[in-house]
Amino acid sequence: MTIYGVALLSFCMLMGVFVGDLLGEVIGVQANVGGVGIAMLLLLVLHNLMSRERPLSPITETGVGFWSAMYIPIVVAMAARQNVFGALSGGWMAIVAGVAAVAASFAMIPVLAHFGQGGRDDS
Amino acid sequence: MILDSLQRVLSANALITAFMFVGALVWLSYLISAKLTRGHVHGSAIAITLGLVLAWYGGLTTGGNTGLADIPLLAGVGIMGGAMFRDFAIVATAFGADLSTLKRAGLVGAMSIVVGVVLSFGIGAVVAVAFGYTDPIAVTTIGAGAATYIVGPVTGTALGAGSDIIALSVAAGLTKSVLVMVGTPFVAPRIGLNSPYAALIYGGLMGTTSGVAGGLAATDPKLVPYGAMTATFYTGVGCLLAPSILFLLVRMML
Repeated sequence: MTIYGVALLSFCMLMGVFVGDLLGEVIGVQANVGGVGIAMLLLLVLHNLMSRERPLSPITETGVGFWSAMYIPIVVAMAARQNVFGALSGGWMAIVAGVAAVAASFAMIPVLAHFGQGGRDDS
Repeated sequence: MILDSLQRVLSANALITAFMFVGALVWLSYLISAKLTRGHVHGSAIAITLGLVLAWYGGLTTGGNTGLADIPLLAGVGIMGGAMFRDFAIVATAFGADLSTLKRAGLVGAMSIVVGVVLSFGIGAVVAVAFGYTDPIAVTTIGAGAATYIVGPVTGTALGAGSDIIALSVAAGLTKSVLVMVGTPFVAPRIGLNSPYAALIYGGLMGTTSGVAGGLAATDPKLVPYGAMTATFYTGVGCLLAPSILFLLVRMML
């Protein structure tokens, strides 16, 4: 049933965010540490384990697939609720700091990708 | 009377109104993509950009801080685009992800998070100094804001920075997030952002969950789970490093 897929997804997200919250408490930061990432790993692992025993029925999978397909529209809504006005009225220093940080981070991607790939070739 | 009634229905069913509104926005964007750019600019990139422009308009007209969602009729956009649904949809995208890619790139992914935090922080701090800030707490808070708009206020509050400095750090983080959303599809070919492996590194370096979510959606939705995976650890690492080691380093240098 479709709801099984939705429930599985909900379980993974709540567990992940819960663990991320605990992790934040343990290392003493006021933030969720990796909650969504942990939830994603949990979903992947659970799905892999279940497929070995008894694969999820295609109908159950639609419960997850629907939300995956809603990703882009949700991101569009997310964009529409950003405080863009606040970002642009923060003054030049804030804009320069943000732009410079993004430019440097973009430039760093090929460097790290190369480094990682090189390390793998050596081993 | 008809208008009053319509307005009542739309407001009472805010989330459903948002579904319809976003659907229309996405449809318009794909139309623009096909007709005006002949498919060169991806429809979702246009939709996200239009979303940001509308968010700017919302902030301009209402003075609120949640963009278009501050317009009462479109309050549902705030629910649909809020952290709850965003994270739910991001987790759902993991369903098709490849576990072995994640394992293989685990180390470089983790490294990219630390490099990303230190790099953005350092640049933000240098810009703050260039603009004449000399107080270590202010410089650290602005540097932390250049990491993400959550790391900024968390660091500023921990160090006791003034609210004007904290506001600046949030603005720097917001600028970063918006720019990552809009800029990613354009720079993706140049920086080799075309594989799950590169997406993991991208997520770790950029760190802003909204920025990465939007940037990858507009570039290649298949890469979303990989980028989101590392990005989700970034804010935590930032909140850990900025008020501690990085603050001490700034204080030593100034």
